[in-house]
Amino acid sequence: MQPVIEVSGVRKTYGKTVAVDEASFEVYEGEIFGLIGPNGAGKTTTMEAIEGLRKPDRGAIAVLGLDPYRQVYKLQERIGVQLQQAQLQKRIKVWEAVDLWASLYGKKAVDGTRLLEQLGLTDKRGTWFMNLSGGQKQRLFIALALINDPEVVFLDELTTGLDPQARHAIWDLVRGIRERGKTVFLTTHLMEEAERLCDRVAIMEHGRIIDIDTPESLVRRHCPERTVVLDTDDIGAAENFKSIPGVESVSSIDKRCTIRGHGDDLVTEVIHCLSENRIRVTDFRTILPNLEDVFLKLTGRSIRE
Amino acid sequence: MLRGLWKLTWIEIKIFLREPMGAIGTIVVPVLIFIVLGRVAKLKSGTPSFGFGSGSYAGAGLPVFVSILISISAVLSLVTIISIYREGGILKRLRATPLRPQTILTAHVIVKLILTAVTLLLMFLAGKRYFPPGAHVPWISFTIALLISTWSILSIGFLIASIVPTARFAQPIGAVILYPMIAFSGLFVPVGALPPVLQALARVLPLTYAVRLLEGIWNGDGWLAHMGDVAALTVLFIAFTALSAKVFRWE
Repeated sequence: MQPVIEVSGVRKTYGKTVAVDEASFEVYEGEIFGLIGPNGAGKTTTMEAIEGLRKPDRGAIAVLGLDPYRQVYKLQERIGVQLQQAQLQKRIKVWEAVDLWASLYGKKAVDGTRLLEQLGLTDKRGTWFMNLSGGQKQRLFIALALINDPEVVFLDELTTGLDPQARHAIWDLVRGIRERGKTVFLTTHLMEEAERLCDRVAIMEHGRIIDIDTPESLVRRHCPERTVVLDTDDIGAAENFKSIPGVESVSSIDKRCTIRGHGDDLVTEVIHCLSENRIRVTDFRTILPNLEDVFLKLTGRSIRE
Repeated sequence: MLRGLWKLTWIEIKIFLREPMGAIGTIVVPVLIFIVLGRVAKLKSGTPSFGFGSGSYAGAGLPVFVSILISISAVLSLVTIISIYREGGILKRLRATPLRPQTILTAHVIVKLILTAVTLLLMFLAGKRYFPPGAHVPWISFTIALLISTWSILSIGFLIASIVPTARFAQPIGAVILYPMIAFSGLFVPVGALPPVLQALARVLPLTYAVRLLEGIWNGDGWLAHMGDVAALTVLFIAFTALSAKVFRWE
């Protein structure tokens, strides 16, 4: 498959600060690709270099076969961009923004009225930008990013500062963008967002890409640990669990028993053991590692720090 | 290259009018100053004279002074808007489209020129009774002269907008830089009477040429007599715009 975005050996410094250090990756057509990492990791700088807004000190970038910095206007025609912390004129109306954006592109824009309808902004058409809620502003920015029917859509920290409900609504919209056959490149410091949305993610820290893969593969590769927590009155059960292959530790506090181990079969083995020994349980759940744990393992610190 | 220019210009005009304080401040204040000073001048001399007492400005003093105020308030408004747009990331957002940076600035220049023309028109209307009876005011030529002057002074506005650190300081810094320029523009004291350093400064500021052009046109000079001033205004516009293009920050 031909990559839509190719980044190789990109480096960008601001004075003595190295914002992006030898970043290399590829993004393929039709996928949602996420650049994840804490604030200040270099995600936005990387994204803006790909959008042609910043010139890398070193390295090569190609987007849709174009050099984003030198052919920025050609590229802008074919991509849609949502910037982190962007604003519009306070008193511009929603429909005016859509109308203006539609007039900026060489090709015919998509139907703005329908776009606003799809993004649930129809009754906000005549509202000033300053009077929109955070979620409505982000939906408008998505509309503006889609107005030229772009081949690649860039979304930078799209749901930061939104409440969970607005966040879920935006996630559905992003999935909708992929369903239209477009490639989505996004950055986020929310691991849940990356896990729910992205087909593949690149983990970035201190300007470096640490690893790239699907969220599931990253978790499997870096965090094979599995944990089962169950409640039982059976005092001897703990001994049974210890003999399960792959189990590393079993700890009991009152009725609650925590079984730690590794391997995909661990949960099945525990269930098997329960039924074989007729152990009665009143609660049973599994704790699976997620991208958050992967990040902690790879960098030695939590992404929220 | 100018795709989106008219739409952006029209939207910016509408946005400007939606902020009543800004619109009133920029349009009404110069007109009010004209009316108040016009009254004072009339009371003092008994006859409608626009000179500031000395009579050496041949009646053009007040209209030219107020026109310069109109021009400067338009420039200040540009400085403020550009710095607010930069600080809020609006310029950056506009740049992440096929919209050319020069189109964005051109739209704002057009808005400010229209604003200047409208304010000047209001000044003519409001101040009608302060003009000498039967006076022949070459108002079309005068409007064109003010537009050329404003266009040139806007280039200093770009430069100020390039260097102000935050939007909060844009208006005061702009005012501190622009208003004193009136003092050595030849409006109150002839440029020749200034100390040599200020004379040199006056020669590189568009205001000096703007005042000479406006006074001349008001007093009935032909355009040919002021081609030098128009040329100077153009050269200064190019110089200051080129300078600000070097130091301008979009974010």
